[in-house]
Amino acid sequence: MSTPLTAAAKTPTAPAAGSGKGTPRLRTPRKKHTPGRPKRSVLLTVLTGLMLLYTVVPLIWLVISATKTQEGLADSSGLWFADDFALFSNISDTFTYNDGIFTRWLLNTLLYVVLGAGGATFLAILGGYALAKFDFPGKRGVFATVIGAVAVPGTALAVPTFLMFSKMGLTDTPWAVILPSLVSPFGLYLMWVFATEAIPAELLEAARVDGASEARTFFQVALPLLAPGIVTVLLFTTVATWNNYFLPLIMLKDPDWYPLTLGLSAWNSQAETIGGDVIFNLVITGSLLTIVPLIAAFLLLQKYWQSGLAAGSVKE
Amino acid sequence: MTTLEPAVAADRPPGPRPPAKRNRRSWTGWGFIGPFVAVFALVFLAPIAYSIYLSLFRDQLIGGTQFVGLDNYTQALEDDRFWDSLIRVSLFLVVQVPIMLGIALLIALALDSGRLYGKDFFRITIFLPYAVPAVVATLMWGFMYGTRYGLVGDINDAFGVTLPDPLSADLVLASIGNIVTWEFVGYNMLIFYSALRVIPHSLYEAAEIDGAGQFRVITAIKLPAIRGALVIATIFSIIGSFQLFNEPNILRQLARNAITTDYTPNFYTYSLSFNGQQQNYSAAVAIIMGLITMVIAYIVQLRGMRKGA
Repeated sequence: MSTPLTAAAKTPTAPAAGSGKGTPRLRTPRKKHTPGRPKRSVLLTVLTGLMLLYTVVPLIWLVISATKTQEGLADSSGLWFADDFALFSNISDTFTYNDGIFTRWLLNTLLYVVLGAGGATFLAILGGYALAKFDFPGKRGVFATVIGAVAVPGTALAVPTFLMFSKMGLTDTPWAVILPSLVSPFGLYLMWVFATEAIPAELLEAARVDGASEARTFFQVALPLLAPGIVTVLLFTTVATWNNYFLPLIMLKDPDWYPLTLGLSAWNSQAETIGGDVIFNLVITGSLLTIVPLIAAFLLLQKYWQSGLAAGSVKE
Repeated sequence: MTTLEPAVAADRPPGPRPPAKRNRRSWTGWGFIGPFVAVFALVFLAPIAYSIYLSLFRDQLIGGTQFVGLDNYTQALEDDRFWDSLIRVSLFLVVQVPIMLGIALLIALALDSGRLYGKDFFRITIFLPYAVPAVVATLMWGFMYGTRYGLVGDINDAFGVTLPDPLSADLVLASIGNIVTWEFVGYNMLIFYSALRVIPHSLYEAAEIDGAGQFRVITAIKLPAIRGALVIATIFSIIGSFQLFNEPNILRQLARNAITTDYTPNFYTYSLSFNGQQQNYSAAVAIIMGLITMVIAYIVQLRGMRKGA
């Protein structure tokens, strides 16, 4: 169980991806003509550019295809626009098709994200703070079990969780999706590393000497210092919840509780059923609408999550 | 675990602490970690225990559910469908993971070398697919793979060629590998890049004084310095490969003949539970897969940490 524990503990840098602006300046300032400031290379830029192309071509395809009608999709080339520009009618069709079920899926996804990812982040903050700043009986056991659990294939748990939840009458309710989302071992680990670095013990001692309760010390002293780490964990748990497919697939039968991922998959497979409405244009437009909020969040919050990750990764 | 020590010890103020106070604090810690542990026990530990329990029983036509000991496990070990799926993901693992991590490492090194124009743009853009759900990624690539309407069809028309069908039985595993690579190459790149960024600059200066070239700097300084990140990324990728489910499950809507319901071990346990109603057997297969994953992750970690240490 405790397999990757040592690996994880030895390299707090590792899962803490990202760096950049907020990183303490370990490698700057640089003098000219040192290996730290080499000449820029056109060849290397072009080669990396190929990789960039591979990354963006599917996304460009998605954006272009979202402007096409069902007929346009079949008739036109994938990487250029069809004659008619149907993006806006596609968007309004996506939201109105089947009595606006897409809106319902969007709201479900938001519900799962707010309660699931929000709850997971809150539990990770509390837990990470406890691991970083308190000594308590069983601490090592807790840490080893949780980090070891990362190695357990999540999907190996899904079926037993389903059977257990169905005995408890939780399947086909939002709780079946929210409860398992509440645990993020990676988030806990990140908050533990982050809280260790970001909260000076003297500050906590000072607050306690002043007679502040533990709860007040946490909320007024510790929490503000943890802000960049919180944004980071929140973003990553949001991605995990927003993109979740396997768990809701198992837990939910009623389309009224589907998240976007499950709904899109259902629309896509609808073309196969006999007499089923072929709505690939709505599948594609719906896909685009599904990824836009997350991509926007990553781009807009760049500074915060990158500094959060970077701070977690500088541990010399 | 030994490395946990400094972190734990560091936040303790120097000097002895009154025992009464330590006692009070110790239970305060549980006040903060308690909620996490409670939910963790409910959605992690309880299902594991329950699935071990389930795997020891079998639903029989005569006599109902009976305790059968390890029969489900011996059955799984002789089950060709299980082995075929395991061999398939193993093949996937040894081909896709090195390609994906290799590309991620090369890009990370290129970004870190400081020789790129527009470095920040490259970094954030190549990372973006991480924010795309597996469902959407698979749907997109699935459409593009189409030989009639997709990009493959466009290329066929434009150049008058007939490319092999990416969704045929022979190629579909490679096509899935491409989707997974697309989704996670940027994520792994960011892991490697952030590890490279924290290498102290003084090491490069020392290397320059010694007259080391770029290649030597990479092999002698950079790669050893990020070994931990490489091991972690490898372990996560192994876990991901063994758990493969979303991509084949969704791509099956387009390639029903090429992707069977026992295509991957995970797909197999899913089908056993939800189409075959063989929950007890399914639990045994899932536990075996969990054990295999942990053993391999453990071996990788031991080897990775020992090498050159």
